[in-house]
Amino acid sequence: MATVELRFSALPEHVRTARLVAAAVARRAGVDEAVLDEVRLAVGEACTRAVGLHQSGGISAPVHVALIEEEKQFSIEVGDESPGSVPGGSASGANPDGSDTETEEDEMGLAVISGLVDDVEVIAGEHGGLIRMSWPTTPPAVALP
Amino acid sequence: MDLSLSTRNVSGPNGDRTVVEVGGEIDVYTAPKLREQLVELVNDGSFHLVVDMEGVDFLDSTGLGVLVGGLKRVRAHEGSLRLVCNQERILKIFRITGLTKVFPIHTSVDEAVNATD
Repeated sequence: MATVELRFSALPEHVRTARLVAAAVARRAGVDEAVLDEVRLAVGEACTRAVGLHQSGGISAPVHVALIEEEKQFSIEVGDESPGSVPGGSASGANPDGSDTETEEDEMGLAVISGLVDDVEVIAGEHGGLIRMSWPTTPPAVALP
Repeated sequence: MDLSLSTRNVSGPNGDRTVVEVGGEIDVYTAPKLREQLVELVNDGSFHLVVDMEGVDFLDSTGLGVLVGGLKRVRAHEGSLRLVCNQERILKIFRITGLTKVFPIHTSVDEAVNATD
């Protein structure tokens, strides 16, 4: 189960909120301070991409973000409801409204994510796409009894 | 934090330069304001721009897209777009996208203004 879940209307102004919440939860989960900037940037890119896909596809559903604290890692899942939203990743074909510029921006976002995050998975589904990113956590020092 | 923008003209050895001082966060929400500013400057005849990013706290790919768009616009008028940035976390995003090869990046506004095209 996710530690924190967010659902926000696909509007650019909410992407910042998602970044701030993700960074705060990541910090608490034990993600290294030096990596928090990357977490912030990667989650922002994933949310920006999802907002763009919802807006260009006329999808009124919210964008979904799950922040998951696991034993040795912290994961973030950003889900959209745009069918076959991964470039070349689905049989449903190209986005009929997608202009070249939109595709370029979408790919630039993905390029930044893959450049930043070592552990990243992009899944395209019939009902939407999901970007899952993970970072290792440093467990808090436990005092021996 | 929202985006703050201010512009000023500076004379250099190679002519006038317009310095655009950017502060705050450049993301999908604020990037259109920066785009408008750059478009307006070019439309008003400022083709040699120096974008001072020392006050920028956050930059994402949307912001990069706007800067690349600005560069295309000034180049159409044989102009230039130079960046001023010393912040490692901002420089990193230029590096991973390969844009350090596209933009001249300077350590100070003086250095950018005095640079030869």
